[in-house]
Amino acid sequence: MAVGADMKLDAHALRADFPILAQEINGKPLAYLDSAVTAQKPRQVLDAMTQFYETSYGNVHRGVYALAERATEAFEGARERIARFVNAPSSRELIFTRNATEGLNLVAYAWGFTNLGPGDLVVVTELEHHSNFVPWQYVAKRTGAGFRMIPLTETGELDIDALDEIVAGGRVKVVATNLVSNALGTINPVDRLSAWAHEHEAIMVVDGAQAAPHLAIDVQAIGCDFFAFSAHKLCGPSGVGALWGRRELLEEMEPFNLGGHMIRKVQFEETTWGDLPHKFEAGTSPIAEAVGFGAAVDYITAAGLEAIERHEHELAAYALERLRDVPGIVLYGPPAERRAGIVSFNIEGIHPHDVAQVLDWEGVAIRAGHHCCQPLMHRLGVAATNRASFYLYTVPEEIDRLADGLLRVRKVFG
Amino acid sequence: MEDLYREVILDHYKNPRGHGVIEDADATAEGVNPLCGDEVSIYVAFDEDGETIDEIKFSGRGCAISQAATSMLTEMVTGRTATEVGELSKDELLEEIGIPNMSPIRIKCALLGLGVLKVALHRAKGTALPQEWAGLDEEFQVR
Repeated sequence: MAVGADMKLDAHALRADFPILAQEINGKPLAYLDSAVTAQKPRQVLDAMTQFYETSYGNVHRGVYALAERATEAFEGARERIARFVNAPSSRELIFTRNATEGLNLVAYAWGFTNLGPGDLVVVTELEHHSNFVPWQYVAKRTGAGFRMIPLTETGELDIDALDEIVAGGRVKVVATNLVSNALGTINPVDRLSAWAHEHEAIMVVDGAQAAPHLAIDVQAIGCDFFAFSAHKLCGPSGVGALWGRRELLEEMEPFNLGGHMIRKVQFEETTWGDLPHKFEAGTSPIAEAVGFGAAVDYITAAGLEAIERHEHELAAYALERLRDVPGIVLYGPPAERRAGIVSFNIEGIHPHDVAQVLDWEGVAIRAGHHCCQPLMHRLGVAATNRASFYLYTVPEEIDRLADGLLRVRKVFG
Repeated sequence: MEDLYREVILDHYKNPRGHGVIEDADATAEGVNPLCGDEVSIYVAFDEDGETIDEIKFSGRGCAISQAATSMLTEMVTGRTATEVGELSKDELLEEIGIPNMSPIRIKCALLGLGVLKVALHRAKGTALPQEWAGLDEEFQVR
């Protein structure tokens, strides 16, 4: 772990923790600039999972033998640390899910179907990932509630002025937004939206998938009611995520998945539900993945979330400056100081697939597509964009290679 | 690796053959690749025999592979019968494009034009799409 005394992050040193980065692609060193789609894994996380499998694996909350106890301890220990990581008042409010999407579906189904009806409004944003858009659109349609979208300004930020008009259209019951946009990197004023939601007695649901890896999260300071995130974007394994929810809401809610482990008592006539968080964790959990999730949270906490955030801002500013010089480039999103380490762009007349393909020859991996944000692509008037995204192991030299690669793209298709 | 954008592909991309629209076409369809937003519309005019492809044009926008492959397709099928083209296999087109080891994602780009053409021809003839293409019309949202 390489952190200087001034809490400045040493990305060059941190790279040694990530075995996958030390390889060549098409004869060039890999420049992995797609961390927003998923982050790479440090040896510390891989080792924690291997060690767990080799010494402590068993099912949790079930056996009376030593392995079962060890596994339960590791699993619940991870829950404690992840709950602390987002400053949850209690780890009982932290539910393990498959990913952020499942956490958001849990809220949409278990809270939405009981509490929404005609005359109610569900408010999402034009910047939403499909994971926090489609479940709400679906539940609104099924319950007869209205579905509204907070529009974007020209810089790809939420147009807060539109809130008055939205609230005039019905009873706002749900406000759902991401804290950081996966497509543009925009950091949204979620604390302000939480206050607005609560003013109207609505619940505030935050998709934190893109935020949790990049800034220190305090669910109590944000003031939201639900916060969903995934391990795989913060250097943890895929297949596990977490949902934090306010205890009184979780307790009132119906269960989402039904089956083993989530029950208190099962009889032919009736079944009663277990306590939090088990009520929402039916079936065998992703156990080793949860342990890896805990190790990932330890890893990025040791690197320092403030240091990560600062590092990403510097990279975003540097990338915007470097890419501005590429002829025909169109850059999307807010200025560097109001975005995470994500830069979305197009090159006039060249399809993103072609851009990404030529960059791949240079060993530079970026994303080309709609980023699961079709409403946003529609707003931008494009089918797709290119997106370069950075994390704690990204170094400025990789951004130089991106900029040089884009000049090559221009040459191939010019 | 760089075979993907060899000269002939770039030439078809930059100077597409058969680019345009046929008013009063005998067969027409349009489709998109939802993965990346590539769009292709195809227009076919038959010979007097009502069977041989006399003229084929396309319009659209998208990545170099989808547009170049459709341009190459127009050269391949002109003068052939609707039945022959209806039976044309994916492999035949991919061989003509001549890119070895294309990734599955890019193969979809390459096949967009052929899929749209197949739907246009089978629709004009009132015949069913061959098994190999079943479901592709929905995937490409062909209208």
